[in-house]
Amino acid sequence: MGAAREPHIPDGQPTGQSFGAAAATRSNQPDSSKVPFVNQTREAPAWKKSVINLDSGFKGLMLVAALVVLGIVGLIVAELMQGSALAWQKFGIHFFFGSEWDPVSGGFGALPFIYGTVVSSLVALFIAVPLAVAVAVFVTEMCPKPLRRPISYATELLAAIPSVIYGLWAIFILVPILRVHVEPWLMKYFSWTGLFTGPAYGIGMLAAGVVLAIMIVPIISSITREVLAVVPQPQREAALALGATRWEMIRMAVLRNARAGIMGAVILGLGRALGETMAVTMVIGNSPSIAKSLLAPGYTMASVIANEFNEATSDLHRSALIEIGLALFIVTIIVNILAGLMVWTVTRGTPARTNA
Amino acid sequence: MATAVEVHDLKAWFGKTEALHGINMAVEAKHATAVIGPSGCGKSTFIRCLNRMHETNPEAKSEGTVRVGGVDVYEMPAVDVRRRVGMVFQKPNPFPTMTIYDNVAAGLKLNGTHNRKILDDIVEHSLQQAALWDEVKDILKKQSGASLSGGQQQRLCIARALAVSPEVMLMDEPASALDPISTAKIEDLIFELKQKLTIVIVTHNMQQASRVAEFTGFFLMGNLIEFDKTEKIFTNPSDKRTEDYITGRFG
Amino acid sequence: MPNRNISLRRQMTDYFFTGLAASLSVIVVSALIAILAYLVLRGAGSLNLSFLTQTPKPVGETGGGMANALLGSVMILGIASLFGVPVGIGAGIYLAEYGRNRLGQLVRFTSDVLNGVPSIVIGLVAYGLVVLPQRHFSAFAGGVALAIMMIPTVARTTEEMLLLVPHAVREAAFGIGIPQWRTTISITLPTARAGIITGVMLAFARVAGETAPLMFTAFGNQFWSFSANQPIAALPLQIFTYAITPYDDWHRQAWAGALMLVILIVGTTTLVRFVFMRRMLGGAR
Ligand SMILES: Nc1ncnc2c1ncn2[C@@H]1O[C@H](COP(=O)(O)OP(=O)(O)O)[C@@H](O)[C@H]1O
Ligand SMILES: [Mg+2]
Repeated sequence: MGAAREPHIPDGQPTGQSFGAAAATRSNQPDSSKVPFVNQTREAPAWKKSVINLDSGFKGLMLVAALVVLGIVGLIVAELMQGSALAWQKFGIHFFFGSEWDPVSGGFGALPFIYGTVVSSLVALFIAVPLAVAVAVFVTEMCPKPLRRPISYATELLAAIPSVIYGLWAIFILVPILRVHVEPWLMKYFSWTGLFTGPAYGIGMLAAGVVLAIMIVPIISSITREVLAVVPQPQREAALALGATRWEMIRMAVLRNARAGIMGAVILGLGRALGETMAVTMVIGNSPSIAKSLLAPGYTMASVIANEFNEATSDLHRSALIEIGLALFIVTIIVNILAGLMVWTVTRGTPARTNA
Repeated sequence: MATAVEVHDLKAWFGKTEALHGINMAVEAKHATAVIGPSGCGKSTFIRCLNRMHETNPEAKSEGTVRVGGVDVYEMPAVDVRRRVGMVFQKPNPFPTMTIYDNVAAGLKLNGTHNRKILDDIVEHSLQQAALWDEVKDILKKQSGASLSGGQQQRLCIARALAVSPEVMLMDEPASALDPISTAKIEDLIFELKQKLTIVIVTHNMQQASRVAEFTGFFLMGNLIEFDKTEKIFTNPSDKRTEDYITGRFG
Repeated sequence: MPNRNISLRRQMTDYFFTGLAASLSVIVVSALIAILAYLVLRGAGSLNLSFLTQTPKPVGETGGGMANALLGSVMILGIASLFGVPVGIGAGIYLAEYGRNRLGQLVRFTSDVLNGVPSIVIGLVAYGLVVLPQRHFSAFAGGVALAIMMIPTVARTTEEMLLLVPHAVREAAFGIGIPQWRTTISITLPTARAGIITGVMLAFARVAGETAPLMFTAFGNQFWSFSANQPIAALPLQIFTYAITPYDDWHRQAWAGALMLVILIVGTTTLVRFVFMRRMLGGAR
């Protein structure tokens, strides 16, 4: 076969480019060594000194601001530990396993609140995860382009609505619907699970779970969108080139690659749900009992603080509430760090996908 | 001699810019056809139209006909087209979360083959065809595709494409990210493969085109300037622009 | 040859999941529409002049408004911004310009931790730090609580926006002999301005609706208060108080207050999205 004639450098560019790059690096060096100011006059040292002072003064000031952030978290920890010392001395670790909560007789156990917090959050995740992941997948992979922005904007707005307004809406709109339509239906068909028994109040764990779900959909779906976006385009193309349908491509190349990140998004949602206060307080029924039925009223750690802290008369009661706050603080931090790590392992170093 | 892929008046756009201005080409079956030309001239766009990968870009549009085995690809489900016309990309892109075995089996599983025996056979056969079997047979189900070297990854991607027994294989600069030894292996592979299927390979390396391909098409700014036997293109091109390009007088 | 049967089934699966994702997305969007629609439906009727100019009336008397709560919110948010914005921006500058070290890492991490602390816990802490020593609830205490919540958001967006400013811009300034502090203040910050304003306004919108941290700090007030040192009403607190009472008049007020609050917050967010985001991207590239 007749090979090409004479020396041809394919496209001619590579060598040219490398020359250019080398030249650029070389020419940079003398410049940067020239940057420091040259002492030309006698005044220069004084002038330079004042510049240096201002420079380090400015840096110091910014450093103070940064240290304030550290200080605040330190103060939070100190304040919570100090405030809860009394309850900790009195009950020790049993505080978290006792189910009696009686401010009058002075017996405090946090179990009902822990139970309510966990159960309402799990209900919320159960509802929110499919919704949030579906929105994320739909927006990044499926929907026609003109719909993309409106849908993302709608989820963003959901995130901007304050908790107290969700609570208001839930009390007057959601709860009646649950009581009249949803709960009787659940009782009829699913009472065998034991999760849907007893009178349909409307308010209760289920209502709290549903409103929490709406509130955490935006965070889960926006983080999920981020992790889907960093799945490299070649992965999608590889799947499509094998003859995968769009859904198969999503399953094989996108969701599989993004698993850990989506899990992180879900955990982040859990973190939000655990600490959410107002909306839950308004619809959960505020009764410190442990019931298997999701239709029964419950209580969460955040709501008991919201409801009782201002009215607490004894130091022990106040201290017990602060200890619940401390527990909530620790748990949400652990959950958030965990979630952050999972999202980070997926998104680190990868620039967002450009549709090239 | 039979024609495997027939292209008529193929035009392609990204948004408003036309990247291909009406391409006509008949690709010979069971031979290798090289597509050469300066970067940005539309080589990738062209071969991505052949298996309808072009339209996976939301901005993209195309016009004209592409027939594979006599059937218009735009009359077939895109999914089926891509099964019949496999593709290997510039940068190896194995699925990182799958083992070597699962990477190769991925296309088959999608098509509903779940029989272990059949899968094992095809995976082995495909890896052998891709000249990778001996290197990976002991770690098939232990290591992920991403753990292999670059050249091995590219051969894994070739095996993955072969597993669904395509009639045509498109290769978009398959060796440009690889070292010389791996490149040689891929070129050997192309020789083997064209006994059984049709190959269209994009390359900016002209020696490579002359080594592996019987036919060569020269693209320039979205036009197919010249298409002929490789020997003719490289020794006695009929178009001045082709000559300028292959003699290196040309950006 | 392609097996038509399998292809059809796979095509159906594809349609099914596309349909599923689309309908779940519709559900989420409808939830938003339902909430906004009810706010307008129930709130618009009571959102009138007296709502904006009067203080709450006792149960049984119709009329009255949330003027004092509006003012209270403005005061608390003003105090919060007074502390939160400078500290947040300062911390952001530190992180972007000097923070490529251990301390920077620690501050970044801590700021993310702070961002995740439940707002009710912030309320408890502000109570312990401000209310307890002063022995009374106050607008000031509420402002401190909200400032703490603003700081991490402001700090991290400031950092991000400053890092978007190309290094060449700083080098150009150094090259003509401008000292570093001056470069930051007069060159880098202004370049990133739109983005930083965005961060501040988003932080502002986020804390404007917070209720839990105000319960043990600002406490609420049925009357006018113009002092930073007195318990003071706030819009979200007032909505909460009214919502959990059994009185229809107060429910109407709560809806009107909620509509008001959402208009403010959604207005801010939308403004930021459409005005500043665009400019920010333009400025950074
Ligand atoms: N994703 C894309 N979006 C817009 N324009 C593109 C895209 N990909 C390629 N192009 C344009 O289409 C033309 C052909 O590109 P391509 O087929 O990739 O060239 P080649 O593979 O020959 O280097 C170029 O001018 C390029 O700028
Ligand atoms: Mg190309």
